[in-house]
Amino acid sequence: MNALSRRRWATASFHVSAGGLSLLWLLPIVLVLVTSVRSFDDIAAHGLGSLPHSFTLANFGQAWSDGGQQRALINSLLVTVPCVLVTLALAAMAAFALSRYALPLRRTLLLVMLGGNLLPPQILLIPVNKLTELTGLYDSLTALVLVQIGFGVGFYVFVLHGFMRAIPAEIQQAAVIDGASPLQIFWRIILPLARPALAALSALSFTWVFNDLLWAITVLRSDAKMPITAALIGLQGQYVSMWNVIAAGSVIAAAPTVAVFLRFQRHFVAGLNLGAVK
Amino acid sequence: MAVLTATGDRSGSRDASRARRRATRVPPVVLAFVLVPLLAEAFWVFWPALQGFYLSLTSWDGVSAPRFIGLGNFQEMLHDAVFRTALLDTVLWLVLFGGLSAVLGLGAALLLQQERRGVGFYRAALFLPVVFSLVATALVWQALYQPDGVINQILGGVGLGGLRHAWLADRSTALYAVIVPALWRQIGYVMVLYVAGLKGIDPVLYEAAKVDGATRWQQFRNVTLPQLRSVNAVVLSVIVIDSLRSFDVVWSLTRGGPYHSSELLSTYMYSTAFQSLRLGYGSALAVVIFVLAFGVIASYLVRAFKEAD
Repeated sequence: MNALSRRRWATASFHVSAGGLSLLWLLPIVLVLVTSVRSFDDIAAHGLGSLPHSFTLANFGQAWSDGGQQRALINSLLVTVPCVLVTLALAAMAAFALSRYALPLRRTLLLVMLGGNLLPPQILLIPVNKLTELTGLYDSLTALVLVQIGFGVGFYVFVLHGFMRAIPAEIQQAAVIDGASPLQIFWRIILPLARPALAALSALSFTWVFNDLLWAITVLRSDAKMPITAALIGLQGQYVSMWNVIAAGSVIAAAPTVAVFLRFQRHFVAGLNLGAVK
Repeated sequence: MAVLTATGDRSGSRDASRARRRATRVPPVVLAFVLVPLLAEAFWVFWPALQGFYLSLTSWDGVSAPRFIGLGNFQEMLHDAVFRTALLDTVLWLVLFGGLSAVLGLGAALLLQQERRGVGFYRAALFLPVVFSLVATALVWQALYQPDGVINQILGGVGLGGLRHAWLADRSTALYAVIVPALWRQIGYVMVLYVAGLKGIDPVLYEAAKVDGATRWQQFRNVTLPQLRSVNAVVLSVIVIDSLRSFDVVWSLTRGGPYHSSELLSTYMYSTAFQSLRLGYGSALAVVIFVLAFGVIASYLVRAFKEAD
């Protein structure tokens, strides 16, 4: 076998194995998309696993309005957007202070904050549930936003700290000599330089907060307040074995994070790897 | 999903930071920058965590005041058959979900690390499920698992009709049927970590190994694996922490059933606390989860501590 044909063979076997793997991975997604446009009668007559014999978009309408997905999606966005913005703002502030100033015990503070984020949430569920009752926040979206900020911030502080620490001290010293205040240094110098890290973490934290279920069912009770993940479980109970509606609901629930992923794919992967390999 | 970062030795920046320490004094606004996030975390994490540990030593129905019973909850666990099942399932989950996602994630990374045409699409395909919520993932797979669903359909089609099954309703298969969707979602994530790790390996090492006549397997064994040590540490931490946190996918698919056959400590803790309203016992179960996670958390923090300055 000469070199050329060996290379061709390697290329072909790469595409066969990688393509097969991708197909296997995409298959469940294709199936849910197909199911979401089938009619109930079709599924009842031919079975869930058969080829489609119908096409309808009515399932989406049903999940969207009767299934309460519209309200749930709005709730999810009302929680996710402020949560991401505030968490990253707070984390950037703390990371700036801890990485650019000689605070006493700064290393300990950093690790205490990170450690809080590594705790299994189960240890916090009961006390947080009671805490929201005590503060009158139980069953409000505010409670969900606040607890997600508190629990998430430590991780972002740690990552942003690693990023900001790498910014040369000379830049800051030059600004100090020019009479810049700490606020100006933060806003005009460090934040713009940290933009890649902030973009990556935004994409990441959007999906995390948006996809959360555990905190939502811990601090919320009424159906009208539930975010999309919890509403999807409600849909599962409401439309038992109406797989076309459940599939449509799953598609609606997954669409926002898929959109974020496709739009910010580079940031997303960078976020997962941020600092992972240096 | 937990995301952790690798820690490397970076002693070179030490002198620079020491110089900076002398040069700058801390303005009050900078102090506030740390204190506000710290207080937010203290209020929602540290303070509740302390309460959680205390509550594990009490008997509490959530209405009357908690009653201190010492280690009573932990003694009860010794005779609690459901706890034993949940503990066993959690360990099984750690080994199967954790082990397989590491091995298959590394395998996918080895396949998809090469910069060939189309590799971006393949990587995106494997990564796509990572952005789905575990609830949506669970519902997708629930449809596949139905008696008239695709999996049984395919089994019938290839002549293995005898294996057709109500996968989620059978006590002997429920746990494994729940692990598969979790793996489907996790492998792409581990793959991304390993792809970055593999790209960080100096190609000169492979050249040298080839000159020495090393086979493919020897290269993998003696170059790739040792070079991936720091990524392995990250992946291990991610896997252990994610495994112990796993809740959504089980909750959406089986609620831990049938007959607790797919019960994890996390789901047992949740139903004990919020459905049976046994808040003291639920807290004690949470403490068990914490103890299981503690080793990984501590070793990760130690490595982070060495690196943080």
